[in-house]
Amino acid sequence: MIQRPALLRLLDEVGTVDAVGVEERAAKFATRSIKRESKRFGLRLAASMVDLTTLEGKDTPGKVASLCRKALRAHDTVEVPPVAAVCVYPTMVRAAVGALAGSSVRVASVATAFPSGQAPIKSRLAEVKAAVADGADEIDMVIQRGAFLAGDLVRVRDEIERVRDACGEATLKVILETGELETYDNIRAASFLAMRVLRPGDFIKTSTGKTSANATLANHQVMIEAIRDHYLASGTEIAMKPAGGIRNAKEALHFLVAVKETLGDAWLNNRRYRFGASSLLNDLVRQLVKQETGAYQAPWNFTENAGGY
Amino acid sequence: MLTITKTPKCYVGGKFIRSESGAVYPVHDASGGFLANIPSCSRKDLRNAVEAAAKAGPGWAARSPYNRAQILYRLGEMLESRADEMAAALACGEQRASAGSGPGAADEVRASIGRIVHFAGWADKYEQVLGSVNPVASPHFNFTVTEPMGIVAVLAPEEAPLLALLTLILPAITSGNAVVALASESRPDAAILLGEILAVSDLPGGVVNLLTGSREGLIDTFATHEHLRAVTASATRAEATTLQQGAAESVKRVVLHDPATDWLAADHESPWPIRDFVEAKTVWHPIGA
Repeated sequence: MIQRPALLRLLDEVGTVDAVGVEERAAKFATRSIKRESKRFGLRLAASMVDLTTLEGKDTPGKVASLCRKALRAHDTVEVPPVAAVCVYPTMVRAAVGALAGSSVRVASVATAFPSGQAPIKSRLAEVKAAVADGADEIDMVIQRGAFLAGDLVRVRDEIERVRDACGEATLKVILETGELETYDNIRAASFLAMRVLRPGDFIKTSTGKTSANATLANHQVMIEAIRDHYLASGTEIAMKPAGGIRNAKEALHFLVAVKETLGDAWLNNRRYRFGASSLLNDLVRQLVKQETGAYQAPWNFTENAGGY
Repeated sequence: MLTITKTPKCYVGGKFIRSESGAVYPVHDASGGFLANIPSCSRKDLRNAVEAAAKAGPGWAARSPYNRAQILYRLGEMLESRADEMAAALACGEQRASAGSGPGAADEVRASIGRIVHFAGWADKYEQVLGSVNPVASPHFNFTVTEPMGIVAVLAPEEAPLLALLTLILPAITSGNAVVALASESRPDAAILLGEILAVSDLPGGVVNLLTGSREGLIDTFATHEHLRAVTASATRAEATTLQQGAAESVKRVVLHDPATDWLAADHESPWPIRDFVEAKTVWHPIGA
């Protein structure tokens, strides 16, 4: 007898995704009317959940230090909570640790040959260990999408496990890169594959932000429903991090609505939920200032690119 | 025969939109019969229009002056080809107005086309008039060039709903600014049709955004929106005060016109209105002793 492929066996176990239903549900989240007090609350909450990210080849210690200052205090007149973490490449971890010493802001580092994950496991593990040794509190790893799509689920799971062990005390975030997984079923299967080896408080994360397909409400919905189902089945609380493409406050609020209505209040804090973003914080602050002053704000007061039209 | 009535829509970001809130206000024909529901734009619609203008503006400003001239001239051609339809829309609004205010419909269309062509001509010439080479007492080549300010708000008067609207918009876009304009509230017919004409004029979507709705409800937001760099309006005393106070916080340029302005007058056709919406940049270039 021919055995069913591993992916299908996993889906037999955890159930498949109703694609039309998920998209319809996700579209509904964008229709909620959030005003005044609840909007201010949402904006501040979202700011406290940001993993302020810079992942560019041209990053320098100076640039990272300035990002860290922004992470601690995003605006000089309006009260904005510090962000959750600063997310950098492994070589920049030391710079970030130095700039954030003594604060509540954590240092996250991408590792494991980000963003492709296409490097020997040995060097990926070495990268994780080096980042942790330099003082990273959190590690963002990518899974081997190639291995996953080829059906080699055991290898993907084992690698997550080995990276988890290499992290030691550090929190692990597993990037599924949903844009490359092609179907909702694959996203659900990959979520479970990761969650089954993760510790409580570890994250699953949508994307690297380095591909054209980024976090969407529908992909996000598939993942948070997987987190909910996993929690109900095992009692393990896995955290969530959408990343890539979330640039304005309105979108961020839509994601928070989805979390509130799917996972509940217990996930509405920065230990259970994060936004991976570089420019989102600018818009959150811009909207907070609008709420305070009543006047719509020009973008150039809130970005590094002050030249704006 | 079945008559099909047109749904009036605003032209924002190159698209025809309804108000974000779905709100409308009715306009009537001369005999008091229902004519159409006009979108009543909200503050959010204004905000969205500003975002659309911010997207389109840099590309428009980067076009060569010669190309801007061609596109404005084409706008004139497009209005010309629908002159009768526009005159009918204007006449419709005119009958609604209490007194016979403003120029006659046909005259207004003709003057509007003339004004478009006039500013099309200035697009590659105003720089020669507004820029300068400045004498300085040091070995520098010192010259001043102009740059567009950014996004300009336009509050059109109730009268001359086409000619006045264009007279306020044209000087701003000639130099590469983008515009968010609020049309005549009681006579929006011409602005609705102008949107359709702008859409086929080669003017990039978002360079001119036309809103309809309550002037009283929107004027505060026009005044305080920090992303708007200038506002030009035909305004009463009270409205002028609102605009100036709101503009002070955002350091916005305010250009006011008397509500009694004769929009047909020839003095609207000059390069000076273009100067109202440019910033001067002066460059000191060392030239050796």
